[in-house]
Amino acid sequence: MNARRYIGTYLALILLLTATVWSHGFELGGWNVVINLAIAAAKAALIALVFMQLLREKALTRIFSLLGLSWLAILFVLVLADYLTR
Amino acid sequence: MAEDSLPIQFVAPAQRNEAVTLAMWLLLATEALMFGALFLSYLIYRLLFPQTFAAASAQLDSMLAALNTGVLLTSSLTIALAIQAVALRRRALALWLLAATVALGCSFLILKGYAWYTEYQHHLVPLRGFQTDYSALGSGAQMFFNLYFVMTGMHALHLSIGIAVVLVMMAYVAWSDRTAMVTRRVGLAGLYWHFVDIIWVFLFPLFYLVV
Repeated sequence: MNARRYIGTYLALILLLTATVWSHGFELGGWNVVINLAIAAAKAALIALVFMQLLREKALTRIFSLLGLSWLAILFVLVLADYLTR
Repeated sequence: MAEDSLPIQFVAPAQRNEAVTLAMWLLLATEALMFGALFLSYLIYRLLFPQTFAAASAQLDSMLAALNTGVLLTSSLTIALAIQAVALRRRALALWLLAATVALGCSFLILKGYAWYTEYQHHLVPLRGFQTDYSALGSGAQMFFNLYFVMTGMHALHLSIGIAVVLVMMAYVAWSDRTAMVTRRVGLAGLYWHFVDIIWVFLFPLFYLVV
């Protein structure tokens, strides 16, 4: 049943949100940003895979869903290769 | 009323659904690129001014933003359920769920507007004619707030478009008997809505939770 999957996913998303806010209360140095981004990526993956139905889409649609990310990866790698080596 | 006639370029309704879904994902890829350029600028300036970004982030109301994240996540649930209700021909339920989505989207915008107003009162809005004071935050603060207002503003613009689209979808659900067409369109509106939600999921920690 789809509705049950959606509600389960929603509860997981709210749990992840609570975890982000909770982790903000601790001073972990560089780990804060790692935790924050890992949780954001997990939330985005849940939304894309379940709510946006990527788990059930055809392979071609899944490839398209990664297109934007691949282009962005090229942009980020090339620009950072400049900025981080100055 | 008669169901959609299939346009000549398609061999089957299922193929049509695949094609429109693919096209929507392509649109979202271009949207991701537009926001991605902004995220990259953010990253570069955060690497250049780490302390300033932490001090500037502390000026923002992170609890309000966390609440807003919850509001948007809830709206993603309601629109996902609405799409299913449309497909199952549960018209009244679908309308309620779409109305809830619109209400949650509007709540987000109202809370965001309140946050912007508070920031205006604290002289944090970098607009000509506004009193702006970043002297306590160090160099780079102006860049933080430029990025903050541009990125949250672009997000709010996308959310407003999403609300308008969902309102149109409500009209389709209420007045159209062409279930296949309505299901297809509401599904596409949902993809767009979820994408806007994902953008906020990244904006939230990057602007409100910097340490």
